[in-house]
Amino acid sequence: MKRLEAVNDFVVKFANVNGSGSASANELLAKAILRMGVPVSPRNIFPSNIQGLPTWYEVRVSERSWLGRRGGIDMMVAMNPQTWDADVRELEPGGYLFYDSTRELPSSAFRSDINVLGMPMTAICNATYSDPRQRQLFKNILYVGALAQLMGIDPAVIETLFSEQYKGKEKLLASNVQALHLGIDFAREHLGNKPVGLQVLRRDRVGNRIFIDGNAAAALGCVYGGATVCAWYPITPSSSVAEAFQSYCKKFRHDAETGAANYAIVQAEDEIASIGMVTGAGWNGARAFTTTSGPGVSLMTEFIGLAYFAEIPVTIINVQRGGPSTGMPTRTQQADILSCAYASHGDTKHVLLLPEDPKECFDHAAAALDLADRLQTPVFVMSDLDIGMNQRLCEPFEWDDSRRLDRGKVLSAADLDAGREFARYKDVDGDGIPWRTLPGTHESKGAYFTRGTTRDPYAGYSEAGPDYIYNVKRLLQKFDTASTLVPAPVIRKASRKTRLGAIYFGSTSPAMDEALEILANGGIPIDAMRLRAFPFADSVAKFIAAHDEVFVVEQNRDAQMRTLLLTELNAKPSRLVPVLHFDGTPITARFIAGAITRHVHAEIVAPKADKASKPPKETVK
Amino acid sequence: MTFIAKPRLHHPTLATNKVGYTRRDYEGKISTLCAGCGHDSISAAIVQACWQLDIEPHRVAKLSGIGCSSKTPDYFLGASHGFNTVHGRMPSVLTGANLANRELLYLGVSGDGDSASIGLGQFAHAMRRGVNMVYIVENNGVYGLTKGQFSATADRGSKSKKGVANADNPIDLAALALQLGATYVARGFSGDKAQLVPLIEGAIRHQGAAFIDVVSPCVAFNNHAGSTKSYDYVREHNEAVARIDFIDLAKTAEASPAPGETIDLPQADGSVMRLRKLHADYDPTDRLAALGLVQGLAAKGEVATGLFYVESGAADMHAGLNTSATPLNRLAEAELCPGSVVLHKLNASLR
Repeated sequence: MKRLEAVNDFVVKFANVNGSGSASANELLAKAILRMGVPVSPRNIFPSNIQGLPTWYEVRVSERSWLGRRGGIDMMVAMNPQTWDADVRELEPGGYLFYDSTRELPSSAFRSDINVLGMPMTAICNATYSDPRQRQLFKNILYVGALAQLMGIDPAVIETLFSEQYKGKEKLLASNVQALHLGIDFAREHLGNKPVGLQVLRRDRVGNRIFIDGNAAAALGCVYGGATVCAWYPITPSSSVAEAFQSYCKKFRHDAETGAANYAIVQAEDEIASIGMVTGAGWNGARAFTTTSGPGVSLMTEFIGLAYFAEIPVTIINVQRGGPSTGMPTRTQQADILSCAYASHGDTKHVLLLPEDPKECFDHAAAALDLADRLQTPVFVMSDLDIGMNQRLCEPFEWDDSRRLDRGKVLSAADLDAGREFARYKDVDGDGIPWRTLPGTHESKGAYFTRGTTRDPYAGYSEAGPDYIYNVKRLLQKFDTASTLVPAPVIRKASRKTRLGAIYFGSTSPAMDEALEILANGGIPIDAMRLRAFPFADSVAKFIAAHDEVFVVEQNRDAQMRTLLLTELNAKPSRLVPVLHFDGTPITARFIAGAITRHVHAEIVAPKADKASKPPKETVK
Repeated sequence: MTFIAKPRLHHPTLATNKVGYTRRDYEGKISTLCAGCGHDSISAAIVQACWQLDIEPHRVAKLSGIGCSSKTPDYFLGASHGFNTVHGRMPSVLTGANLANRELLYLGVSGDGDSASIGLGQFAHAMRRGVNMVYIVENNGVYGLTKGQFSATADRGSKSKKGVANADNPIDLAALALQLGATYVARGFSGDKAQLVPLIEGAIRHQGAAFIDVVSPCVAFNNHAGSTKSYDYVREHNEAVARIDFIDLAKTAEASPAPGETIDLPQADGSVMRLRKLHADYDPTDRLAALGLVQGLAAKGEVATGLFYVESGAADMHAGLNTSATPLNRLAEAELCPGSVVLHKLNASLR
C-alpha cells in the first residue's frame, strides 16, 4: 500500500468533541513542533457550542514556512464517532488514520488505501484513572504522547512545555508527564517500527518569530496606540480582543503609585451603545475603540454615519465571520468589505485597514487610532476569525519609542488665544481635514454644536444646497487624503514578465504566498499585489492597468473587493477575474492555484476574444 | 418662534455671578420651538440654575438625542460644546464623553420619545451604570416634530388632538430611574420655575446619575382638553411631595424651621441641601418609599412632583472603574504606551 512519506511537511487534523479539553492538547503538540524549530500553523475549526458538537484542529507542519492552509489531510486523529465517516473520507490516499481502538470497528468503517493505527485509549485511561474527568483529559495527553513517538517529536520538549504551563502546580505536572509517557510507551511497544512516514526533524526555521493570535495582537496594538476607552459587546469571534485589552491594561496601564486605571473598559448593553460610547469619547478627545463582528457592524451603522458626517474619530475592529445574518458565527469569511466600506445611509465611505496576520493586527490597530484622529472619521481594522482566533507564527512586534501619538488637528486654548480662526468644518489646509476643538478648552472661544444635520463651515445649522455640497465634497477630498496616509499595497513581481496579476488581502495572504509558487512552478507566473487598505492608493489602478487579467482572490461569495475596485477605480470588469472561496473554512493554496490554473488553461482552449463581451464567470470549483 | 435676534449688548448694571458672568452669558441661540412651548421654560431654568451655581459655561458639555427637546441645547449655554447625537442614543454618547473627561459637567437633554420609546434601553443602562450627569427629559407625551403621535409616556386614556384615546400603558421614567439605581430622581413641571430651578441645581450638585422628568406641555399637539400632559391638567393634578428650599455652603442662613418640616441633606461637595417636606411622612432618602409614593399618586391620577430621592454619598461610574483622576483625554505617551523594552519581553514570552 502507498504510504505518504514527508519530513517537516504535512498536515495533521484532529477530530474531537467540543468541550473535551482537546484544543489545549492539540496546541501542545503544535507548540512542541514549533520548539523543534519547525514552523507550524494550527487552525481551530470549532462550532458555535460549548460542549458536545464536533470540533477540529488542523496543524500544518511546514519547514518552508507555508502558513496558510494547504488543502488535504495526511494524518487524521479521529476521536469523534459523530464525524467518523467524513473524517476518514477526507484523508489523502496513503495517509494515516489514528483512532481509539477500544471498541472494535467493522472493516467497512475503514478505507483500503489508508494506513490505520489503533490505540485503545479509553481502555488505557479507564485502567489507569478512576476520576471521570481525568479519564477524559488524559486521553488527550495519551494521544499526544503516541503521536510524538510516531512522528519523532522529542518528549523532552513537551515536558518543558508542561513545566512552563504547570509552574507551581507540581502535582498536575507529574500526572501530565505520566500520561504522556503512557502514550509514548504504548506506541513504541505496540505500533511497530516507524509505522508513520510523516516525521518531524529538528531544524532552525522559526527564527525570532512569535506565535500569537490576531485578537490578542490587535488588543496590544490598542494599548500601544494609546486607546483609553474601550466599549464593546460580546460577539464571536471578536470578544477576545476586549478581553485581551483588559488583561494587557491590567499589566501595563495602572498608575504605579495610586493603582488608578489609565483606561476605561465598558461592556455595553449592545453594539449600538458600544459605538455610541466610542463616538462620545472620540468627540471628547480620548482614543476610543470598539471590537465587533458583522452583526455588530450592522447595528452600528447609524452611528458610523454620524461619526463620518460630524467628523469624529472612531476605531472599529471588525473580526469578520461567516454571514449574512447570524450566518456561520464560528467560521471565517471576508464578507463585510462592502458593508463596512459604505456603512450607513446617504453617501458615506470609510477607511478600512486589512491586516494579514497578528503582526499587522498589532500595527494596524495602533495605526487606526492615529488615522482616526488625523482624519476625524471612523477607521475599520478588518481582521477575521482565521487571523483573530488562531495562533499564527509572525514577525515579532516592534515599537519605535520616539513615535508620538498623532492626535490630529486639535486647536488648544493657546491656539485660540493666539487668534487662530476656528471654523469647525472649513478646509483651511487644502487636505479636506478641518480643525476641531475639544469640550472645555477655552472660556469664550472654540465652542461649537456638533450635529448629524447639515451645517455651514462654521458648524451652524444649514440646509442650503451650496453649504451641503461644500461639505460633502470636502469629505471626498479628505478621503483622497486618506489614500495617501493608509498602509500602502505590497507588490510582489513574478520572476519573469507576465500579463497576469493577482490582488488579495488579509487572511488570504499565507495561502496566496504558497499558491503563487505552485503557479510559477506550473508555468503560470503572476505579479501579485496585497492590498493593505481602502481607500486605494494610486498604485492599485496602475497595477490593474499593467495587466491583461487580474485575479481578485477573496473569501466571500459576491466578489466584494472586486466590486469595490470596479466602483472606486472605474476598472474594466472583464479585467478583474474573481477567485472566490466562501465555505467558512480558510482558503487553501491548492484551491487558489487550482482555480487560477483552470482559468488560464480554459483561456488557451477558448481564446479571450470570445469572452470579452461576457462578464467573467465565477471560477470557483 | 421669533425671528428677532436677541441683542448681544446688555445693561452694564446686569448682575454678575462669582465667576464673572451675567445671566445672559448662559443663553444660547434663539429658540426655533413654538411660542409657549414648555421646553423653552426648561431652557430658561437651566440658564438660571447654571448662573446661580457659578458654573463656567465652557465646563459644561450638552448632549441630546433627536426631537424638539433635543434641539434645545442650541438655545442655552452658547459657550458650551454641544452634541445633538442619534435618536434615543444620547445616553451612550454622554457615557463615552464622560469616560474621556470626568472633569466636565454633563448635561443630557432628551424627550419622552427619545428616552422612553426608541431609547428606553440606553436610558436604563445609563442609570444603572451611575454615570455622573444631569439627565433631563422634557416630557410632553407626544411626538412634536413629526406632528402629534403618542409617545410611550402618554397616559392610558389620554386623548390625542384628533380625539383618539391612547390604549397603551404609560412608562414612568422617574419610577424606572428609581428602580434602576439613579441616585437623584425628581420630577418638575415646566410651568413651575420656582420648583424647577432648585431641582436642576440639586441635580448639578449631585455627583452621580441625576434624573429629572420635567412635564412640559406641547402647545401645538398636546395641550387640549382630554390630554393628561396639558398645562391645565398638570396644574390641577400637581401633587408636590417635597421642595428644595436651598442648597448652600452656609448652613445657618435661614431661620430654623419647625422640626419635622425640613430635612438637611449634606452633599458630596460639602454643601447642604435643605428639603421642605410637603408630605408629612415623606423620606427622600428611602428609595422604596419614594417609589411607592410616586406610583401611589400616579394610580390616583395625580402627578407627583418634587425631589423624590437623593443618595448623598453616591458613587459614580468612574468609582467602579477606578479611573485615574486625570481625565483620560489628557493622558500622554508616558502613561499610555508601555514602550519597546516591554514589547521585547512580550515577544520573548511568545516563542
